[in-house]
Amino acid sequence: MAEMKATRDAYGETLVELGRENPDIVVLDADLSSSTRTSLFAKEFPERFFNVGIAEANMMGIAAGLAHSGKIVFASTFAVFATGRAYDQIRQSIVYPGFNVKIAASHAGITVGEDGATHQALEDIALMRALPGMTVLVPCDARQTRLAVRAAAAYQGPVYIRLGRAKVPQVYPDDAGFEIGKGLVLWPEPEVPGGYKTVLAENRRFDVAFVGCGITVGLALEAARTLEQDGISCLVADMASVKPIDEELLAKIARSSGAIIACEEHSVIGGLGSAVCEVTARSHPVRVVRLGVNDQFGESGPAGALLEKYGFTSERYCQVARGLVGR
Amino acid sequence: MHKLGNNESQIRFIEQKAREIRIDIVKMTGKAGSGHPGGSLSAADIVAALYFGDVLRVRPGEPDWPDRDRFVLSKGHAAPVLYAALARKGFFPVEWLDTLRQLGSPLQGHPDCKQVPGVEVSTGSLGQGLSMAVGMALAGKLGRKDYKVWVLLGDGECQEGQVWEAAMAASHYKLDNLIAIVDHNGLQIDGKTEDVMSVDPLGDKFKAFGWQVLSVDGHNIPSLMEVFGQAMGVKDKPTVIVAETVKGKGVSFMENQKDWHGKAPDAAQLEQALKELTAV
Repeated sequence: MAEMKATRDAYGETLVELGRENPDIVVLDADLSSSTRTSLFAKEFPERFFNVGIAEANMMGIAAGLAHSGKIVFASTFAVFATGRAYDQIRQSIVYPGFNVKIAASHAGITVGEDGATHQALEDIALMRALPGMTVLVPCDARQTRLAVRAAAAYQGPVYIRLGRAKVPQVYPDDAGFEIGKGLVLWPEPEVPGGYKTVLAENRRFDVAFVGCGITVGLALEAARTLEQDGISCLVADMASVKPIDEELLAKIARSSGAIIACEEHSVIGGLGSAVCEVTARSHPVRVVRLGVNDQFGESGPAGALLEKYGFTSERYCQVARGLVGR
Repeated sequence: MHKLGNNESQIRFIEQKAREIRIDIVKMTGKAGSGHPGGSLSAADIVAALYFGDVLRVRPGEPDWPDRDRFVLSKGHAAPVLYAALARKGFFPVEWLDTLRQLGSPLQGHPDCKQVPGVEVSTGSLGQGLSMAVGMALAGKLGRKDYKVWVLLGDGECQEGQVWEAAMAASHYKLDNLIAIVDHNGLQIDGKTEDVMSVDPLGDKFKAFGWQVLSVDGHNIPSLMEVFGQAMGVKDKPTVIVAETVKGKGVSFMENQKDWHGKAPDAAQLEQALKELTAV
């Protein structure tokens, strides 16, 4: 059984590391610091932590003002409030001027669980991806989260980092790399970021390619293992950098695969699946099936039960793949 | 109390600059064929006093000087007044003013800080400037800098809830390096502020949020200079200056007319406006 850890936990721990390394790191939260785990940073660096209260719009503006004066600002709350309630502030105060603000939002997707639809962000990737110049990162496990958060801190400009509430299995070994703008091939052989040439240079054909981000990456890997036993050849790529997306890798996948299954814990409208379609339609049209939440709101329930109900299982992914291959 | 220069010759100098700024405002909006002269003219004396009364410590040749005072035009539609002041102060060539709102011009309809030296942040979506100013003031406190952050808000803009989120935060963090000015001209696009959605009594509201509240005739330069000096001496809390102003001030047919919020003068109107503004 793989080690289980929530991406939000890795975020909180990484913030503390960054805080020790760089005095310009400043963290903001809107009364959810114990849930987003920014409380860890608050405890060690109280003078560089600002809890602005339940006022997300104001938080984004304050973040912009701090970044304007040279701070590297991480602003956290739940994804639904960060991207929905404060969309205009993110657009006008942060992204238009290109300020160095990292919006690290937790509790994205249906794995929020019992709090229900009001708290389950299923449109946040679409909203953030549409902003010119915004970088969108969706890490799949704790180790990748640490690398993504560090990459975001090192990058000059606005970044959206999508984090989850639920404990998720570790997908990557310790030494996995991460690079903004690069996808990672995990199956049939794991590769370093941007190092997908080995798998894709041999003119190998894959019956199905899974392209995922966040919790779906682990599900796709499980599905690939099962499908390979049935003689269906698979490729699994992690598109943790949803924007900028790795167009080179996607084009290679499109050329070498019978079909692409794009999977994400997000609406099928506007997220990773849409990004995959946008790239492949231009580079190499291939059949793309988008798996996610079908244009509907979530609901209350235990995270596991919701995943099952909304089709986030490796069995469902296998079923869709078999349907595409005709077996 | 912080003592600002307030002698006769300096007052005359600021008044002259305010007149030049007003002339620039009507000329550039007239040339552009669009824009917001009303709320730019109401703020002309305030902005002139800030930039030409040595209130703001800025370096036109070094717009990103880390210790500069910050000025945030939260009511971003009044871009013409800011552009005119910055150009006259030497941040960029005065000729740029002729390009307002044209394709390829750095002078966008609402200020874009990436393109214009001296413009601190991009504004235009109302209600966001005060929050950004709070962030700048916090950064000043963190860095133990003694710069001040000045923000100009519209009175109609104070209908935005975010203004009050920011007001709450500014007093919570005891930001005595933050000074807000409300251009209280009483008009917004759809009519009188009191008819559309009452914002008054603004001073009482800010006071209840923990601010030091000052008021001033926003067209009287000596009074503005005095109140700015008072505001700079306030300790442990942010200050708001409610400046009583006239929308369209200085151009008779624009004064107190809501229709001049977002309309440019035509050739004949421009000529009339310039005649009034150049008559001494």
